[in-house]
Amino acid sequence: MRRNLTPYTFLLPYLIVFGLFWAWPILYSFYLSFLDTRSFPWAWNPGVNWGRILQDATFQDALRNTFLILVIQVPLMLALATGLAVALNSQLLKLRPLFRFAFFAPVVVGAVAYSAVFRLIFNTDFGAVNSGLRALGLGPVDWLYAPAPAMSVIILVVTWRWTGYNAIIILAGLQSIPKDIYEAAAIDGATPWQQFVRITLPGIRPVLLFCFVLSIIGTLQLFTEPFLITNSGPGTATMTLGTYLYQQGFRSFNFGYASSIAYTVALLAGVFSLIQLRFFGRD
Amino acid sequence: MRRQQFVRSIWLHLVMVPLALLWLAPLWLMFVFSTLPERDIFSTPTPLLPGGDFFTNLQNLNADTNFSRTLLNSVVISLIYTVLSVLLTSLAGYAFARFRFWGSTTLFTVVIATLTIPYFVVVIPQYILIAREFKITNTYWAVVLPSLANSLGVFYMRQSFLSLPSSLLEAARIDGAGEWRIFFQIALPLVRPAMAALSLILFLTAWNDYLWPLLVLSPDNKAALTAPVALGSLIGLTRVSWGGIMVGAVLMTVPFLILFVFLQRQFIAGIAAGGVKD
Repeated sequence: MRRNLTPYTFLLPYLIVFGLFWAWPILYSFYLSFLDTRSFPWAWNPGVNWGRILQDATFQDALRNTFLILVIQVPLMLALATGLAVALNSQLLKLRPLFRFAFFAPVVVGAVAYSAVFRLIFNTDFGAVNSGLRALGLGPVDWLYAPAPAMSVIILVVTWRWTGYNAIIILAGLQSIPKDIYEAAAIDGATPWQQFVRITLPGIRPVLLFCFVLSIIGTLQLFTEPFLITNSGPGTATMTLGTYLYQQGFRSFNFGYASSIAYTVALLAGVFSLIQLRFFGRD
Repeated sequence: MRRQQFVRSIWLHLVMVPLALLWLAPLWLMFVFSTLPERDIFSTPTPLLPGGDFFTNLQNLNADTNFSRTLLNSVVISLIYTVLSVLLTSLAGYAFARFRFWGSTTLFTVVIATLTIPYFVVVIPQYILIAREFKITNTYWAVVLPSLANSLGVFYMRQSFLSLPSSLLEAARIDGAGEWRIFFQIALPLVRPAMAALSLILFLTAWNDYLWPLLVLSPDNKAALTAPVALGSLIGLTRVSWGGIMVGAVLMTVPFLILFVFLQRQFIAGIAAGGVKD
């Protein structure tokens, strides 16, 4: 009997924290999304938040912006990360540790630190990017205060931060592909491109799928970059589901409405993950 | 054949060298800006070489917000978080790896399933607990507690414990060692490399965390204010030393860049762990 309780004693500390700060919150925020939290005391009113979310123009802006970032940024980044991983894995590349450092370094840089730097780099009057454009006879572009440029800044910054991270995961996948397959293919006269399409891509598919799902969940929750670099603006041009949830939940303290935004994010994450699994998960 | 390889190699470098420089540019500029007086930061063309004003900027930063204090808070918070989270996830990972017990599969599935659940879903109730029920905002515990139960840590530690030869632990059991002794004196020391990789990743995550600390710490109260929240609160201000902000960014970043150079394998192991399943 004593023996049977042992695993539970090992698990107990973890389970207490997990139950209190994960399991209960998952259920409670679902419940909250049906409460009117702008009344005191909070009142059961199933339609108030979910009805509002369907008509809320700012929410729709946030949703559209988040989708736009998702559709452009995630494929762009993962294509780049795959290319980098193949390059960093190639015997043809000299000084590989140096290149690895260059692309992997952003992994250890905090969002606040790089957001501050990118604000300066994309400054309209003095920033390095416009200064470079001017030298080419272009620009200046009002990077942080015009809608489309502000959006591209967010996409670029997120790509800078996460490409190396994904390349690390993809590289680990690449290294698990047996080398003799490539050797056999090379003897059969397969070009590098053919080897990439026929051997590499199928080999890293599970890892790539993992990166896709992870990136989608991450992008759906994008917060720090639009919050600190563009302040969700101009207007609502870079408002994301993350910054809107923050605004509703922790500026207006409307926990009910913020919870329905949170559950929308969860729903989208679930749907996207399922689509990914359906299309790329099968063998 | 050789010639073809050579040409390919040249092309590869022609693409990779500029791309690598582009990737390093923001970090280089961060360093350069941290050493320049304000008027040089806001001048064109953008200065590319460092100056000598790092310590002046550091003073400005400390005048804007007590940054040294917030760095200390960040170190303490990240350490507490790392030690406790590694302990908790090791214990849980060990239970899942070594024992078959009623509910083990279900529990493990539930814990791992939370990996796919967006953090947003729990952030509001977590805030209600910390701020309204426990009333512990602006403390170390407010920052540390909610994220202690790290699912990826459990997954990672379980994998590591599974890779230990069970004959070793059985032998100890037959020799009459208690379960806790087996865990602390035999199993745990054997998975030290995994613990190191996990610690590194958890410390880094805590060190750079922004959204949660932003919710439970206010910039006016320095008791537990972390460096990212302090620095973030300066970014939106109009009259602020940007050289100072860059010093803050450098102080938050450079220790980890150095650590990364020496412990690249551990960092990479920790990150890749999520992607490669057995």
